[in-house]
Amino acid sequence: MNNHILTVQNLNAFHTDTVRSGKGSKRHQILYDVSFTMQSGEILGLVGESGSGKSTLVKTILGINKDFNGEIHQYCERPQMIFQDPYSSLNPARKIGWILEEPLRISGGYSKTERKGCVLEMLEKVGLEAYFADRYPRQLSGGQRQRISIAAALMQKPRLLIADEPVSALDVTIQAQILELLKKLHAEMGLSIIFISHDLRVVYQMCERILIMNQGIICEQGNREEIFGNPQTEYTKRLLNAAGL
Amino acid sequence: MKKPKNYNLIIGGSITAIMLIFMLTGIFFTPHDPNTMDGGLKFAGASFTHPFGNDNFGRDLLSRVMTGSLTTLYVAALTVLIGTFFGVVIGALTGYFGGIIDEVLMRINDTVFAFPSILLALVFVSIFGSGRNNVILALGIAFVPSFARIVRGEFLKYKKMDYITSARLAGAGNLRIMFFHILPNTFTVLLPAVLIGFNNAVLAEAGMSYLGIGVQPPDPSLGRMLSEAQPFLFRAPAMALAPGIVLILIILGFSLLSDGSMKSLSAQSLQNRGNK
Repeated sequence: MNNHILTVQNLNAFHTDTVRSGKGSKRHQILYDVSFTMQSGEILGLVGESGSGKSTLVKTILGINKDFNGEIHQYCERPQMIFQDPYSSLNPARKIGWILEEPLRISGGYSKTERKGCVLEMLEKVGLEAYFADRYPRQLSGGQRQRISIAAALMQKPRLLIADEPVSALDVTIQAQILELLKKLHAEMGLSIIFISHDLRVVYQMCERILIMNQGIICEQGNREEIFGNPQTEYTKRLLNAAGL
Repeated sequence: MKKPKNYNLIIGGSITAIMLIFMLTGIFFTPHDPNTMDGGLKFAGASFTHPFGNDNFGRDLLSRVMTGSLTTLYVAALTVLIGTFFGVVIGALTGYFGGIIDEVLMRINDTVFAFPSILLALVFVSIFGSGRNNVILALGIAFVPSFARIVRGEFLKYKKMDYITSARLAGAGNLRIMFFHILPNTFTVLLPAVLIGFNNAVLAEAGMSYLGIGVQPPDPSLGRMLSEAQPFLFRAPAMALAPGIVLILIILGFSLLSDGSMKSLSAQSLQNRGNK
């Protein structure tokens, strides 16, 4: 048995602009013949400018975008995702405790006390005190919110986590803490992480293997050292230059 | 930092509380039987035994206003309940699913919305007959579209949020997302609308009873008391003043409460988005 957690083969994905009244809606191809495999337990960097198809790739993998052809094989249940904007990723009407319990309620099979116990355990894991369970998201800072988002995503103990620019909305000092936390959880829980970012320094710090995307195709993929030390395509060289690396 | 006092909420809350006590007392206690006639007391002015005076049949006005406003409260509360319930369900379905469900339900909604609620209720009552329950049903249906629109707008806004995607990834079904994840977020907009809706229902009920198609005799209702008082406006002004003032106080209380709750809720949701 191989050690893959995700394989994507010859994936073409589309997006249809929804225009009200139904006329004049246009179907665009966003991804062109994308193929890659991901090993269990690795942190895979996904780099590309906005509009390069990163989000569409992720949405297609997660089953949110259903308009595609090609093959996607997940060797795990219910991958989870964390988002860029920590202000829209937590339900403002609910307390943190409720938000963290919800994934367990959905999967079922836990008693109320068990759920509360899991919540406290997870809060400790992401470095927050127990009393945060009684707070509302509006009472938290951006960094704290992002910790809660990570905690909520990990409640069902997924093996694959997709992090969509998880630190780009945060202050630099907070960024470092969140990245450390992700690395720690990666090691502790044997997580596989797809790490999306446009910040090459962050990607260098986090990821062992990197995919570079441009205009809907994967234009280069390889280990961190290969990509940063010996870039093959013009586009990757430009990205590195722009980042001053 | 000290929060500025929300006078609308305080004053509106007090008036509403007093009026509710006044109306609810009518369930189990009125100073006199509201339908007992006393020929000797026709058009009597205020006295210790009859603080609001008596009407053209010598019935005690205070007792009649108490039971009358109770009827009004009952009709308005049930009307708003029906309107809110179906409004939330329709708004949730159309806003969340969109597409053909949205098109069909919202066109029906627009059609109902196009008629003034009194007119719609008139048509309904003339088909199914008058009486308290038909009035409730008629007004309730007339109230659905405005709630449906409000809820639909909120659902459209919230269904695109990242936390909804998270919930879906965790395996939450559509109903769970609609009613456990999105609905609580609509309360800040829904609550003031419900309070205003209650006011409109009180007025609509009074209007219909005034026109004689609402609550039927001998049940007293504020609107019917007003219409009964009309011929005797100069001879016994208390007959019109008593129900009129009660009606005004109810409306005033709920209006202020609605304004106040809107203010305090929007201050809260500003905090929600704070330091972004």
